[in-house]
Amino acid sequence: MIRAVVETNGLGKSYGRVHAVRNLNLTVAPGRITAFLGLNGAGKSTTIRMLLGMIRPTEGYGTVLGKRIDDLRASLDLRRHVAYVSEDKRLYGYMTVEQLIRFTSSFYPDWRPDVVKMLLNQYGLPPDRKVRSLSKGMRTKLALLLALARRPELLILDEPSEGLDPVGIEDLLQSLVTQCAEGTAVFFSSHQIAEVERVADQVCILHQGRLVMDASLDDLRFSYRQIDMVFPSLPAELQSQLQVEGVESIRTSGHQMSVLASRNADAIMERARDLNAGSIEAAPVGLREIFLQKVKEN
Amino acid sequence: MFFKLKSSTGQPLYLQLMQQIQHAIENGALQDGDQLPGIRTLAEELLVSPNTVAKAYSELEHAGVLDLRHGSGAFISVSRRVRLLAERVRVADKRVGNLIEDLREDGLLDEEIRRLFEAHLIHQSETVRKS
Repeated sequence: MIRAVVETNGLGKSYGRVHAVRNLNLTVAPGRITAFLGLNGAGKSTTIRMLLGMIRPTEGYGTVLGKRIDDLRASLDLRRHVAYVSEDKRLYGYMTVEQLIRFTSSFYPDWRPDVVKMLLNQYGLPPDRKVRSLSKGMRTKLALLLALARRPELLILDEPSEGLDPVGIEDLLQSLVTQCAEGTAVFFSSHQIAEVERVADQVCILHQGRLVMDASLDDLRFSYRQIDMVFPSLPAELQSQLQVEGVESIRTSGHQMSVLASRNADAIMERARDLNAGSIEAAPVGLREIFLQKVKEN
Repeated sequence: MFFKLKSSTGQPLYLQLMQQIQHAIENGALQDGDQLPGIRTLAEELLVSPNTVAKAYSELEHAGVLDLRHGSGAFISVSRRVRLLAERVRVADKRVGNLIEDLREDGLLDEEIRRLFEAHLIHQSETVRKS
């Protein structure tokens, strides 16, 4: 197995008695697009800021590109190989777009002027405007341009689609695809399920500071099923009789029973047949349903 | 070529892409020697991870219907074997169509026919797995 670009072990951050992130074992593979999904306040930004060495973990440890995140000197070196688009996109407001680009380029030997030119055009950013006077969407695009102008090993984005209109989101997703095709590992947080579902290879779900799911979208599409069944009668022991491996949750209503399965759908349907289910239907489950289920149960 | 990938179905995106390319070969929309877009280009167009396209292409290469030439792209290569298979699929398509017509004449509803087909296919894949 190729070395992970991000790896954490029991990573956690508490503020007093509040646990923002707890016992996090996160692995991000190289060459892939990994989405970091969670509700607002789930701990996504805290995790990302720990990975970047901006805040110190209170428990556990982690590495990014093989370097310890709590090692200050390593973390300075890391910033040359990791590009980051922050949630608030804080930029120097008094500069013009062009000045900020020139200023930022001086820090990075791997700067690509041709990419800057192309993205300025694609994003429709006005070079002479002061950053301060840009709309939120424009600022996001500028922050994105500054990150993409480099050829980082790892690109981390915190809620990059916030404040973008649908066209802006398309541009963003396309840029992520391009970066990945050039060999950059992409790790981005989001609470927008639709954009994640399409573009990501892997999805990690964070809820209340804990990792509640880490799965490839291929596996998810392949094996997650909702199985609806009708039974002639629903005795109390039926639920426990249906507890086959892979059953995530069971809901009942009248004679109907609905099972969410993460795998083994065939075996579960077989069991239901043995238990005299009258009608059995299995349907694929979207990421939205899985996400809501994970967030509600935990 | 136009591809339509659906996010919320029970099939991985790479499989959908594979099947659509295979289907295009069977119905003649894609022919021997035709070039497909590069991995990056197609991924950008479909807004999917480049890994999705790469996996579809490499599986198709494995199946012998795509020729991946490093640096110059992906080319459809329809061998005799594949042409024969395409022919068999066309014949099978007709037979299945006739069978369904017969069953409808016997008074079965489409939903019932579908369930019968699925039940047989599931049963078969289970016996294959066990053996």
